Amino acid sequence: MTGPPLPPATSATSATSATPAVPSPSATPQPDAAADPLLTARRVPARHPGQWVSAAVLLVLAAMLVHTLLTNSRFQWGVVGRYFLSASVLHGLELTLWLTAAVMVCGYVLGVGIAAMRLSANPVLRGLSFGYVWLIRSVPPLVQLLFWYELASLYPELSLGVPFGREFVTVRTAHLFSGVLAAFVGLTLDVAAFSAEIIRGGILSVDPGQSEAAQALGLGRVRVFRRIVLPQAMPAIIPASGNMLIGMLKATSIVSVIAVQDLLYSVQLIYNQNYLIMPLLLVATIWYVVLTTLLSIGQYYTERYYARGNDGGRAGRRGFWRTVRGNAPLFGQVRTDLAGLS
Amino acid sequence: MTATDRPLVRIRGLSKSFGTHQVLHGVDLDVREGEVTVLLGPSGSGKSTLLRCVNHLESPDAGYVEVDGRIIGHRPRGGRLHALRPRALTRQRAGIGMVFQQFNLFPHLTVLDNITEAPVAVRGLPRRQAADRARELLDRVGLAGRQDSYPRQLSGGQRQRVAIARALAMEPRLMLFDEPTSALDPELVGEVLAVMKDLAADGMTMLVVTHEIGFAREAADTVVFLDAGRVVESGPPAHVLTTPRHDRARAFLSAVL
Repeated sequence: MTGPPLPPATSATSATSATPAVPSPSATPQPDAAADPLLTARRVPARHPGQWVSAAVLLVLAAMLVHTLLTNSRFQWGVVGRYFLSASVLHGLELTLWLTAAVMVCGYVLGVGIAAMRLSANPVLRGLSFGYVWLIRSVPPLVQLLFWYELASLYPELSLGVPFGREFVTVRTAHLFSGVLAAFVGLTLDVAAFSAEIIRGGILSVDPGQSEAAQALGLGRVRVFRRIVLPQAMPAIIPASGNMLIGMLKATSIVSVIAVQDLLYSVQLIYNQNYLIMPLLLVATIWYVVLTTLLSIGQYYTERYYARGNDGGRAGRRGFWRTVRGNAPLFGQVRTDLAGLS
Repeated sequence: MTATDRPLVRIRGLSKSFGTHQVLHGVDLDVREGEVTVLLGPSGSGKSTLLRCVNHLESPDAGYVEVDGRIIGHRPRGGRLHALRPRALTRQRAGIGMVFQQFNLFPHLTVLDNITEAPVAVRGLPRRQAADRARELLDRVGLAGRQDSYPRQLSGGQRQRVAIARALAMEPRLMLFDEPTSALDPELVGEVLAVMKDLAADGMTMLVVTHEIGFAREAADTVVFLDAGRVVESGPPAHVLTTPRHDRARAFLSAVL
């Protein structure tokens, strides 16, 4: 009854109306608490017993997990602590870090080129780009890694020269591809194919009116891409790229099959000697968790930077600690979810 | 307003098809320096395509657009029209301002950066000087002090006025308006039209696609009526708007008035 004034005919017939019998059309009905107790009634939010029960069950399970991690002596946390900062583990960590960085940087540089080819007007470039992405995405990274490592069995020698003509330089492939180089090449080509698709999707998500407006102002093609299109494509590119970076950090561990001593392979070398398999795997795992957490924090700030102008857009509104909690493994999400329960 | 012998814009025999659909059929049109020409016509009549051919956002299939004595997008040599390299096309576009229906402001840049981007990048203006000029232009379109806002914080009418200031920052000889008020709430249309009338009074050469008959009546020197890709009526607004000869123009005007 607090809505706009009703026409006299309707309000006269309305039994609960607190308005005078013959109201003037402009008079607003005065709310009368005594006459209408609903106006002062306490509001009770909806109950969600199912959510409480499921939360309780999950919390008990989580507590059991923590309990067993702490009390099961066969995890041998002492051993974990002893090897956590040992020289060979740190060496492996170093290789994992720079291999990931090099693969991601080179892969993305290549990926931008492949995405540009795919979006070009030249049908040959478009076709080549499509074929590359199709082929690389179809081949398991492990197979690719072994392919480059065993390239010598297919091509014992590689030469630089005129196509189908004279050769100037010739190298023996067996000496060319060490394990690390094979890993770098194989993973870079893999990242290039996937990142090309991520970048292409990001660019296509930008309204074509943006580059039209920029062209109409007389901006050159490179400037339009760098200043107008790419920054607007970034919000679509970054989350997927963050995923890929974190995935690649762990995917570098497949280099252990070609005896490259990364983080995982270095702990494998140790437990092959002392058979403390679980504690040493935990050493590697904890390092991966730490690195992933750091990368998530970096991703948060990058997303926030590119969300500017979005007026408290999705990424901008999420608080820092919320993102960290959301990305911190296992326990992080629980507190945020509990806050949502009532 | 000086009317020179040679019009600033000369459009001759302009034709354009999208797939099998021919949008423009040999359009001829002149715009004299300092004059305002309003293009009227039902949707799909080719008004926007015609406008977009003027700064070569669309490439015509036949005919040509000449602005200030230069063929847009092409260089005539040996009886042929050679397509311009991107850099030369960029130079031509820099002298023609364009305002879009959807504003197309750059959402990740502040109002100031939206306006200074092209003068700094294309004209090589020092940043400080470009910023001073941008503030003058904002003042002119009635948005003094809003230089640090992002486009999303502005109303539609304010965004369109920023877009006009952005185009003016390149000191164009010709301004193109592609339905500048069609995406606006009715109560915001007036503020954009006021800025456009102000520009027209200052002697800016303007080619305007709009459905605002009132603007055409007040500010236009010439009204051109397009139907199905052909100019069916053209002349001073008093003439075309009150006593149209062509049936199609008469039907359109009686529907929108």
